Amino acid sequence: MNVYAIKAIYLFEMARTWRTIMQSIASPVLSTSLYFIVFGSAIGSRMANIEGVSYGAFIVPGLIMLSILTESISNASFGIYMPKFAGTIYELLSAPISAIETLIGYVGAAATKSVIIGTIILITARLFVDFSIEHPLWMIAFLVLTSITFSLFGFIIGIWADSFQKLQIVPLMIVTPLAFLGGSFYSINMLPPFWQTVALFNPVVYLVSGFRWSFYGVADVGVGISLGMTLVFMLMCLAGVWWIFRTGYKIKA
Amino acid sequence: MRIPHRFPSCYQAGMKPLDSLQMPGPVGSREPIIAVSDLSKTYASGFQALKTVDLEIRRGEIFALLGPNGAGKTTLISIICGIVNPSTGTVTADGHDIVRDYRAARAKIGLVPQELTTDAFESVWATVKFSRGLFGKPPNPAYLEKILKDLSLWEKRDSKIMTLSGGMKRRVMIAKALSHEPKILFLDEPTAGVDVELRRDMWEMVRKLRESGVTIILTTHYIEEAEEMADRIGVIRKGEIILVEDKTVLMQKLGKKQLTLHLQNPLAALPADLQSENLQLSSDGTELVYTFDTQTEETGIAGLLRRLSEHGIDFKDLQTSESSLEEIFVSLVRGRA
Repeated sequence: MNVYAIKAIYLFEMARTWRTIMQSIASPVLSTSLYFIVFGSAIGSRMANIEGVSYGAFIVPGLIMLSILTESISNASFGIYMPKFAGTIYELLSAPISAIETLIGYVGAAATKSVIIGTIILITARLFVDFSIEHPLWMIAFLVLTSITFSLFGFIIGIWADSFQKLQIVPLMIVTPLAFLGGSFYSINMLPPFWQTVALFNPVVYLVSGFRWSFYGVADVGVGISLGMTLVFMLMCLAGVWWIFRTGYKIKA
Repeated sequence: MRIPHRFPSCYQAGMKPLDSLQMPGPVGSREPIIAVSDLSKTYASGFQALKTVDLEIRRGEIFALLGPNGAGKTTLISIICGIVNPSTGTVTADGHDIVRDYRAARAKIGLVPQELTTDAFESVWATVKFSRGLFGKPPNPAYLEKILKDLSLWEKRDSKIMTLSGGMKRRVMIAKALSHEPKILFLDEPTAGVDVELRRDMWEMVRKLRESGVTIILTTHYIEEAEEMADRIGVIRKGEIILVEDKTVLMQKLGKKQLTLHLQNPLAALPADLQSENLQLSSDGTELVYTFDTQTEETGIAGLLRRLSEHGIDFKDLQTSESSLEEIFVSLVRGRA
């Protein structure tokens, strides 16, 4: 195991985070705060409680999830896209490191950043609404697992993308709609039966549901199913990454 | 095109002093540090960049790989360094197979690619430190400091790379390649688009590295560079190595030598019995140029001088010169086209 290499990549990526702190941390925190002001305080105060939870508190887990999904993807994809774009990937390819080590470095840094952002948003949310966390360990588990899974997904997108436009298209056109329709702002039980069934095909529903369960003990789907689906998605991403490294797809001629 | 450097003027004129032929012979006789066998590469597009390449690089030598654009130089280097997958064949670096035993092989190799590809926002120090870590070496600030000082980068260590000039960026790339103390260094067109001062520094650095035991493989368009630096020269054309030879042997073998006689008195025409395609009289009649092949047993110089004295033709000075590597190279690449 080339531990020095993992550390080098990890620190390199984290340095990028600190260097662009306004963009990488301040901006997601600001946008989430705006959500809390608009939906939590302004609109939420006129909304009925959902399954015994005030609307302001109800959206906290969903909003954190929303940020984590988009941030994990954009960070991990950008992290591996840049060396490809700038040409510095030659060094990565010529270094004595395995695929796993490369992955731990890049995905580890992207996931770390997501967890940091998630935690900051959690603390920020506490300033706007009152909530408690029933299962803190599960909360951390879902947070970390989702960060890793979507950082893996972002890594795949970063390898696949050969333009800045492609880099943006998946987060913007697929992930954001899925996240918004995945019950971040509502319980899927509030939907008509047909759309409830459709919603079950949305992987984000399981993530948000499981995460919300760790806060309030209420969930749209069973917590076991949520956890299972998260793991399934993670395995799918790992398989994708494994295939990329095995074939050299878009990184090695 | 000639590039200026700080060596005796006879080099600049594309000539060699005679005693340069007695340079030390091939370096190192132990097992090759790089062994390429049966290597080929066909890209997904169907382009065959390398046909069948067999090549051995000797321990401690400076090997120059010459070839026109698109000949396969960069592909060959990229395969050895692990950036491109070979289609067939094997490569070992310091005894380690580059695929099966890639960790050990790659840890030995440093690469300075042709393109100026650097990070933009990192500092010089951070990027060099990163490279060392990437190649699995524990931190060693003292060593990195030495590299940066050797490359005149120490003052710039805290500067962002994007603020550096092109030449400085090139130095940064060299520093990165040297950061993990490689035993083999690949320099892909190291002096393309580089100013005279940096080129001199780089040649100096390459020599120092070789003295410290590093094997250096460089590709170049500048024949002078190969002529100046290399122990051995390989010529690659259309994906095939068409020749590998000690530089001096190559120049002896393929080089045409010329003997120039500066005559005491101008000559109106050559005497009839001296007429030969090898002997030419300059238009002003003051110089006689005799071309001979160094490969033949009998150069004919003695006979020529004898007959000149029979004709009473005196000369005040004489000099010999031989073909530059560039001339040899051009004739090789054209000759087998």
